[in-house]
Amino acid sequence: MDIDLILRVYPHFLKAAILTIELSVLTAILGLVCGSLGAAARLSRFQALHFLGAAYVSLFRGTPALIQLFLLYFGGPQIGIQLDAFEAGVIGLGVNIGAYMTETIRGAIISVHKGQTEAARTLGMSSWQAMRYVILPQAFRLMVRPLGVNINALIKGTALVAAISVVELTYTAQRYIGSTYKPFEMFLLAGALYMVIIYITGRGISWLDRKVRIQ
Amino acid sequence: MTHHRPFVDIRHAQKCYGELEVLKDISLQVEQKQIVAIIGPSGSGKSTLLRAINDLDPLTSGEVWLDGVQVNKLLPHTQYEKHINQIRQQIGMVFQHFNLFPHLTVRENITLAPKLLKGISDDEANVLAEQQLEHVGLIDRIDYHPSQLSGGQKQRVAIARALAMKPKLMLFDEATSALDPELVEEVNQVMKMLAEEAMTMIIVTHEMGFAESVCDRVLFMDGGVVVEEGAPEVIFRNPTQERTKNFLRKHLEGVK
Repeated sequence: MDIDLILRVYPHFLKAAILTIELSVLTAILGLVCGSLGAAARLSRFQALHFLGAAYVSLFRGTPALIQLFLLYFGGPQIGIQLDAFEAGVIGLGVNIGAYMTETIRGAIISVHKGQTEAARTLGMSSWQAMRYVILPQAFRLMVRPLGVNINALIKGTALVAAISVVELTYTAQRYIGSTYKPFEMFLLAGALYMVIIYITGRGISWLDRKVRIQ
Repeated sequence: MTHHRPFVDIRHAQKCYGELEVLKDISLQVEQKQIVAIIGPSGSGKSTLLRAINDLDPLTSGEVWLDGVQVNKLLPHTQYEKHINQIRQQIGMVFQHFNLFPHLTVRENITLAPKLLKGISDDEANVLAEQQLEHVGLIDRIDYHPSQLSGGQKQRVAIARALAMKPKLMLFDEATSALDPELVEEVNQVMKMLAEEAMTMIIVTHEMGFAESVCDRVLFMDGGVVVEEGAPEVIFRNPTQERTKNFLRKHLEGVK
């Protein structure tokens, strides 16, 4: 194994890792927004919204994320959507992970015992007040961990945007392989950096989970 | 002649779940300050009837009136929501499984609804919580979380939470059924105290002794109908219906 090579190129990989982190953070934010809206739609008493939410989930979970990315980035210009690779990556991955987060958030909300809603409504609270002050605070505790799983998947999923030439970790590894012919070292380095990112994120999620669980 | 208007008036209540008819044309009138017990085997429809009073389980047909206002009015969704929230503020309900809000302290459990719905200040809310807890004998638990309380204490907090809305009517849905036997008495004591304070109450219960000593009237329900009703001494000592006798006999054996 060529340790010297690794030491020489790793600053470039660190820069790429920063981009992977940026991509992950923006994707996670967009995913949470989409997931919250999707869950609200799926739990809505309006039939049309309910259907829309269900369609969103099955469409985006039912097709490969890579196809969705290609469709957006390469197919987009054909229908007037011009995005640069980074934008397409964030939007494509964010909307995709949002479909998974929809189910996570919805699952947490419906697993709060229905007696909680009944107690709140019996006191005279509106359905929105019951949701806001009684259900959501409890559902939030239940969704931290499973959302952490979604975010873990999302971070690894950012590797897909290498395919539309965003210069993140995986793409950087591929580029250096082109010039060094050392795929083992390059992929090992990229993999190690993914692991660091995922480890730190995982610790953060655990910390948040413990914090909301106390009491 | 003035027309008499019962405080709670249930008229021809019918409730179906698909083919299954769980309430069959039940009518029930309760006067102010009356305490009515509903007894009967599980599946007899007694909880469903109770939950129809605040429209938690809406009736298939029939009407529920509280103090001259129809509870289960047919209204467009938004108007109905406004109407029912108004009505429910006047009806306290206590559940078998307490349904305290586990993420809130005892104080917050009690003050949440009054703060949201009556717009009272934090100071007023605190006074209210203290009063209500004093009332049920749990003032020293004010800053505890529900998970730190015993079942009996939880139920007493649930009663305090309901009372903090100053209801005109209290509904108890098997309030002591989930409690360990040694914790039943403390909840019964609180309910007795409410009885002495002339609260109007409708109580679904398996506690025959309690029903007999506290209630003005007892309804025995079975198979979605009221089989027999009357004063507790009549229902418990001299029931006329075979089904009532059978139920009470079986229940007594069960208790022994």
